[in-house]
Amino acid sequence: MTEKPFIDIRHAAKSYGALEVLKDISLQVQKGQIVAIIGPSGSGKSTLLRAINDLDPLTSGEVWLEDMLVNKPLSPRQYERHINQMRQQIGMVFQHFNLFPHLTVRGNITLAPKMLKKLSDAEANALAERQLAHVGMLDRIDYYPSQLSGGQKQRVAIARALAMEPKVMLFDEVTSALDPELVEEVNLAMKKLAEEHMTMIIVTHEMGFAQDVCDRVLFMDQGVVVEEGPPEVIFRAPKHERTRNFLRKHLQGNAQ
Amino acid sequence: MGLDFTVLPAFFALLLVGAGWTIAITVAAAILSFFGGIFLAVIALYGPAVLRYPFRLFAWLFMGTPLLLQLFLIYFGLIQIGIDLPAFVAGVIGLGLHFAVYNSDIIQAGILAVDRGQYEGARTLGLSRVQTIARIVVPQAVRSVIPPIGNNMIALLKDSALVSVIGVTELTLTAQLAISRTFRPFEFYLAAAACYYLINLVLEAGLRHIERRIQMAR
Ligand SMILES: Nc1ncnc2c1ncn2[C@@H]1O[C@H](COP(=O)(O)OP(=O)(O)OP(=O)(O)O)[C@@H](O)[C@H]1O
Ligand SMILES: [Mg+2]
Repeated sequence: MTEKPFIDIRHAAKSYGALEVLKDISLQVQKGQIVAIIGPSGSGKSTLLRAINDLDPLTSGEVWLEDMLVNKPLSPRQYERHINQMRQQIGMVFQHFNLFPHLTVRGNITLAPKMLKKLSDAEANALAERQLAHVGMLDRIDYYPSQLSGGQKQRVAIARALAMEPKVMLFDEVTSALDPELVEEVNLAMKKLAEEHMTMIIVTHEMGFAQDVCDRVLFMDQGVVVEEGPPEVIFRAPKHERTRNFLRKHLQGNAQ
Repeated sequence: MGLDFTVLPAFFALLLVGAGWTIAITVAAAILSFFGGIFLAVIALYGPAVLRYPFRLFAWLFMGTPLLLQLFLIYFGLIQIGIDLPAFVAGVIGLGLHFAVYNSDIIQAGILAVDRGQYEGARTLGLSRVQTIARIVVPQAVRSVIPPIGNNMIALLKDSALVSVIGVTELTLTAQLAISRTFRPFEFYLAAAACYYLINLVLEAGLRHIERRIQMAR
């Protein structure tokens, strides 16, 4: 029961001036667990996710990955080295892909492994081919991002993150910039990862996907986790009024 | 006396030599101004204050004073403090640094226009700040500003005529030499103009080629 958490967020708080965006959030994720974070716009979902790899540093609180403190207090020079090490183990995929437009798909995927893990060209190419085959994009390996559809870009972005062989994957609304008909191919790539027991934290507004794929759902509002539990409980029998309101609005919104 | 273009062929070889030097000085100064521009832009945006302020003064000097004066300073002025540069080298340095400052302004704007998501995407993979700037931000910025940099290179070609005043035997100076022997300024200046025009055409074709090649990669 008391298995040591894989990711352990302790008393995370974040303010922009007087605005408290995260208010004392604690979250434990076990190895292989898939957690969805849902909630209204501005509730702090992205901020929490981006605190995990320190893209948005916390004001206070700790983020642990296994037995390593991600946001370790160090001198700036030491910290730079430390955080670059940590980030190699934390994959992240963004809403707007953030592929490098000046590099081909191959270049996007091989850049970091070659620079940071000192892979040879041959090794990095083999890795790129493997990761692209995994997301069904091998035939686009020599294309530039500008030549891909949104769904294809996002699958390449997933492959790029996976090429660093991260311990955990973070997804921030990765399908919400896509045309509806392109959402499924990206969801499929994520489902495949889920079947391989990748530890994942997924910020999403797709309730159906959260219900299908995730082990746990967190509902956030105004910087706090209002309610959390297995999807069947959160979606079918939420305890809190705020959760019910959100789900009612959201499911209505989807139906229209 | 009327125009007489039959005087030209006898000086064809001389003009050709001049054109060769014009091309050489333009290419050398263009390379210096390109990489110098990147260097100055990176220092201006990311460098430590001890470098930023002297570089700003340097940029102000090169933008705020005539190129002709800068060439005089580098070629004649530096001799006084024991730095005796060949005219060609002085010309390349003067033209190259002058345009490096202009290129730096353009590249800085290009760097600032790179989407923040690019920086985050790279940092998330574990790249350091320096690696991200060198491999992601600057290459994208430079690609996005190739057209205005190309315009600067065309201006550089034309301004290369100024190095004739420090004795580099480039196109303008060889035309003047021919004129001093034939007293036919119109014919030879026109011939020099035609040469500049031809070099310009090649330069523009080259720039268009580069732009086409990077079109996908943006
Ligand atoms: N750099 C910043 N400066 C000031 N306020 C910020 C900054 N970044 C985010 N915020 C604020 O923090 C709050 C939480 O933002 P966050 O992006 O985490 O919300 P979110 O739940 O991801 O919303 P969305 O569903 O729209 O993506 C918002 O009120 C936002 O305006
Ligand atoms: Mg968000």
